[in-house]
Amino acid sequence: MGGFPILTAMTFLPLVGAALILLVRAATAGSRGAADEGRQNRAILLASLIISAATFVLSVAAFLSFDKAQAGYQLVEHYAWYGPISYKLGVDGLSMTLILLTTFLTPICLLASWNSIDKRVTEYVVAFLVLETFMIGVFTALDLVLFYIFFEAGLIPMFLIIGIWGGKDRIYASYKFFLYTLIGSLLLLVAAIYMISSAGSADFEVLEQYAFDPSVQTWLWLAFLASFAVKLPMWPVHTWLPDAHVQAPTAGSVVLAGVLLKMGGYGMLRFSLPMFPDASAFFQPMMFALAIIAIVYTSLVAWRQTDMKKLIAYSSVAHMGFVTLGIFAFNETGIQGAIFQMLSHGLISGALFLIVGVVYDRMHTRDIAAYGGLVNKMPIYAGFFMLFTMANVGLPGTSGFIGEILTMVGSFQAATWAAVGAALGVIFSAVYMLTLYRRTVFGEVTNPKLADIKDMNRIEWICIAPLAALTILFGVAPNLIFAVTGGATERIIALMAGGQ
Amino acid sequence: MFDTQSVVQALAPELWLAAAALVLVLAGAIIGERFNSLSYKVCTAVLFAAAALSALHLQGGEAFNGLVKTTTFTNFTKVISYTLAAVAVFLSEGFLKRHEISRYEYPLLMVLASLGMGIILSANDLMTLYMGIETLSLSSYVLAAFHRDSARSSEAGLKYFVLGALASGILLYGASLVYGFTGTTSFNGLTEAGESVGAMFGMVLMIVGLAFKVSAAPMHVWTPDVYEGAPTPVVAFFSSAPKFASLVVFANVMFTLFGSVIDQWQLIIAIIAGLSMIVGSLGGLTQNNLKRLLAYSSIANVGYALVAVAAGQALGAPALLTFSTIYVVSSLGLFAGVLAMRRRGGMVESIQELGGLARRQPIFAIAMTMLVLSVAGLPPFGGFFGKYEILRAGVDAGLIPLTIVLVLASVVSLGYYLRLIKVMWFDEPKEAFERVDVTVLGTVIACAVIAGIVFMVFIGELGAGGWASYAAAGLNP
Repeated sequence: MGGFPILTAMTFLPLVGAALILLVRAATAGSRGAADEGRQNRAILLASLIISAATFVLSVAAFLSFDKAQAGYQLVEHYAWYGPISYKLGVDGLSMTLILLTTFLTPICLLASWNSIDKRVTEYVVAFLVLETFMIGVFTALDLVLFYIFFEAGLIPMFLIIGIWGGKDRIYASYKFFLYTLIGSLLLLVAAIYMISSAGSADFEVLEQYAFDPSVQTWLWLAFLASFAVKLPMWPVHTWLPDAHVQAPTAGSVVLAGVLLKMGGYGMLRFSLPMFPDASAFFQPMMFALAIIAIVYTSLVAWRQTDMKKLIAYSSVAHMGFVTLGIFAFNETGIQGAIFQMLSHGLISGALFLIVGVVYDRMHTRDIAAYGGLVNKMPIYAGFFMLFTMANVGLPGTSGFIGEILTMVGSFQAATWAAVGAALGVIFSAVYMLTLYRRTVFGEVTNPKLADIKDMNRIEWICIAPLAALTILFGVAPNLIFAVTGGATERIIALMAGGQ
Repeated sequence: MFDTQSVVQALAPELWLAAAALVLVLAGAIIGERFNSLSYKVCTAVLFAAAALSALHLQGGEAFNGLVKTTTFTNFTKVISYTLAAVAVFLSEGFLKRHEISRYEYPLLMVLASLGMGIILSANDLMTLYMGIETLSLSSYVLAAFHRDSARSSEAGLKYFVLGALASGILLYGASLVYGFTGTTSFNGLTEAGESVGAMFGMVLMIVGLAFKVSAAPMHVWTPDVYEGAPTPVVAFFSSAPKFASLVVFANVMFTLFGSVIDQWQLIIAIIAGLSMIVGSLGGLTQNNLKRLLAYSSIANVGYALVAVAAGQALGAPALLTFSTIYVVSSLGLFAGVLAMRRRGGMVESIQELGGLARRQPIFAIAMTMLVLSVAGLPPFGGFFGKYEILRAGVDAGLIPLTIVLVLASVVSLGYYLRLIKVMWFDEPKEAFERVDVTVLGTVIACAVIAGIVFMVFIGELGAGGWASYAAAGLNP
């Protein structure tokens, strides 16, 4: 305790910023001309960018004071709040990685909205900043109810982002997203209340040490799975994701694929494995089977898509299947790989949605057939697109390769058949990604509307270039990440072994 | 005669309300029309004073040979109910003036209804209980029909009266059976009385009567019609102060009177709770009138509150207080929100008319959104903690099937809560509302901040382990 509460500051800075933006907007509401509006919107976006950039700086500061050699929770802030529930924040290597991903992606999302969002900008940036607070909160909370609050509250801004700025069927998609996730989460809540009643505390560190009866564990584990499987998403409860992605605005898709899906994997690593080791071991074959179905089946589904965003959404489900696979390998290789895969998928799929957004902003269609021959008109764009296509396929030298190979090696040690199934998915991912690339970028320009399409502008550059740099950096030097997540991984495995 | 000090200790707020009501009736009769506008302010002050008196005599006591007994459990409720009633009176004036039905009887009736609330909360005898219920009900019937020239309001008053009288009759019949088989009407005596088939039969009839008063299924049928027809400020009152009081009295009767035979009534209450949740969440899905929708939401929330009653005293009492406090504050705010929506040509009550509210009046829309989400029980707002407490009581009491029903009902009811948010935020703007009274808008925002944020931050002080536990501790017989 003591010292500057950096985690609280980092978590709530976006929320405070959002409140400030709202207040300033309310104060200046009267003075609005049409010409003024564009300038005001830019000012609001700039303000939100500054706030989210400051949050990123804070998270980097937190990272610098984070000791990689320690396995347990650090920078802990603990205050009594409500009976067994306390306000407790802290980070380990796993959450630190995901927090950095979150704070890194949010400014990029806001910047990517610079030209594409022109209506109700205030509400937009407020929703985004509030969402950022809740996302960071999920990864910093060390109290079950606090975690649940952040986890659940994040639905509300996302619901608004899809529902207000989304595409044609946005209302349907936002409802589906909300209700799907909520049903799972409420089951988690009932299980959480049971756990708190048994252990007498909602503190993670207490719950990790508390040995639940194996028969009870099964039910608790299933309740937690209900929530995380929808979030991750796993087959067969993934159907909300393509709808949500297709309808969401570009930045919404980036944050959804980049961060929100990671909460599912984070939850499994934080709760399912350490707190219910017996149940996790019992359900391992089922999880492997579901992961392989997700990888193979959704890869095949992705191959048949005609809508770019849908294709990438299904590809997300497939790549998150590797995360499940790695987590349930229960060995260091697999879990390290799963965490790495989460980070890498956050970068790559985020970038791919930005890439789709670039051409969507110009053509207002996501139909693959409407494109073709883009390389003739947009060479730089084609280059970036190539890089991320390769990263998504898992080409060595990109971060995608490291995540896939490690999760497969990990699961190979646990169950050979699982790794063999997953390997099929890698092949299929090459098939659908290269098909997408060929049909949009190569060939001759067939659609006359593409005649005067412009290459990427400066803002798009600034958004996508850092993601490209990190994708290659982590692909070449994955130890940068492993050094951070190693302690947390060992701790999870030790907790599992202690429980069995 | 009576020991004055103990009477004051037990009944100060009710004595004050009764005296004030009589004086104000006279004042109205003497001053006449000119008293109309003043009476709202005076009655608001009277009710706030009653809340303060309850807070000062929080410990309560016994009086009138045990006909009346107050505890921290009921006094805590009185403080909140009187405060909400005061706010409801305060909100009403603008509406009644616009509809040209502003008369000094209106705030007086609210004071009398509040007196009835106070009496049922203080009841320690079946006769006192019945007297209080009738005081509350008769005032409520007149209030529901207060808009004389409106057919809907008259219809609401009549429906409420006929069904309410029936429910009172059933309650009275149950009470007389209980008396007949145990030989006493005093709660103290009944607590000691053993089980007998006749008394249990009477108990079930009493439960039916009380369920009507709190609008729990299957005795809920009047609620949507009355809420739709009665003047909006009256509904704002109904859905907050008396709702809270009736719920606590329901719990009080079950916990103190029949506390020893919980195994006899737990299942009945659980079924009523489950039915209310199901009816409330499914019934609201097809509503287009905002007041009807909120009526169904209210039925569902009463179902949640009754889960706490079914959980038994030790677990349920603090949970009930926590949940109900947050719910009634949100509910008052929501109806104040309905009150704030006015266009040329009258009040706006259909949900579609809310279209694009977020564009026209962002602050109002944010406050309404917070209230809706709080009632829906979504974190991070205060309502979540109310639901959390209820769930915890249910899980700890081993009522797992009921908690699963609660969870599913919550998801279903989100269908219509989300629709409200969708209409406010996603739809194209309709023409702007007229300017509303600052008082009404202020109430909406205040309720949103209190229910949404204050209760979240200070839940440790309010909920279990804080005030609610302290108040519930007064129940121990």
